[in-house]
Amino acid sequence: MNTYWDGFKTFFKIGSFTLGGGYAMIPLIEEEVVNRKQWLTKEDFLDLMAISQTLPGVFAVNFSIYIGYRLRGLKGSLALTTGTILPSFLIILLVAMFFTHFSDNHVVEAIFKGIRPAIVALIAAPCISLARSAHITLTNLWLPIFTVIAICLLGISPIYIIALVAIGGFIYGKYVQPHE
Amino acid sequence: MIFLQLFLAFFKIGLFGFGGGYAMISLIQGEVVTNHEWISTAQFTDIVAVSQMTPGPIGINSATYVGYQAVLNSGYSPTIAILGSATATLAVVLPSFLLMILVIRLFQHFRNTPIVETIFGLLRPTVVGLIAAAALLLMTKENFSTPSESPWQFYISILLFAASFIGTQFFKINPIRMICYCGVAGLLLYL
Repeated sequence: MNTYWDGFKTFFKIGSFTLGGGYAMIPLIEEEVVNRKQWLTKEDFLDLMAISQTLPGVFAVNFSIYIGYRLRGLKGSLALTTGTILPSFLIILLVAMFFTHFSDNHVVEAIFKGIRPAIVALIAAPCISLARSAHITLTNLWLPIFTVIAICLLGISPIYIIALVAIGGFIYGKYVQPHE
Repeated sequence: MIFLQLFLAFFKIGLFGFGGGYAMISLIQGEVVTNHEWISTAQFTDIVAVSQMTPGPIGINSATYVGYQAVLNSGYSPTIAILGSATATLAVVLPSFLLMILVIRLFQHFRNTPIVETIFGLLRPTVVGLIAAAALLLMTKENFSTPSESPWQFYISILLFAASFIGTQFFKINPIRMICYCGVAGLLLYL
């Protein structure tokens, strides 16, 4: 099948089911792009997460630009990003033009009450398989624990944590590792 | 020239929107409600609510909606307001495009150096922590309710959470299908 069309369709699907913020896209990308299409390895996926966290912009868009570029260069980026954006664009215009009282709708509210806890579980679940790909062992287990504490208890932004770890890694790789 | 202003405002939002959709919302509010006064605070609150409840990234949803509403409020017809949507959405994505392509090229160049490998060797476990933290931060009253506030909703939420976790993790149910199941369950149980 044509890669552009395949990529567009995959990201159209991901865009259509990203409900409740950027992280909701993680399980969808993992299933569709990593497991099914195998356009990315799990390691690539983690690297891409780190990169998109440190850049501005919408998470899902940054992902589609990266994956599209790896598949087919600049045109691939355009195809996949269009796929990500189009469902939002169409649905929002539909709501804006015809259903201005959308958020007071009881049917929509009932559906969302069911979906919200599911989204949280879907974000938590990939952590297990990703922990394996990230080679988390007893020696580096402190890194994810430190990250969870810093974000949840201290309210530090993920950007600073990524920057700190990257700088730490740079210093270690440049000055400590060569002498080991 | 509202289209040019809209483009510039959303380009700026795309360029400085670190930390994803929710962080972007406050930037959009600053530009669109406070700075340009295209939209009232009440309208903006509705737009954010709709953006959260419709599929798609929140940053894109709110850009699309704000673009439409801003042009409409300036006295244009709904057909021309669609152009406002397109302008805002393209402008918010453009900085990502330029920055990502730049980073991808740099990354391809330096990826196999030992230092970059060391850095990403440390970043990968960190990102797993990041995802775990995101899940923990979403375990809120808004998403699950509380036993005292609404025991019925709280226990159903816990049940749907467990079912989704086990279903996707151990029975390999596709996440999209799982979302649909839980949406139907919500419809049956809450309506």
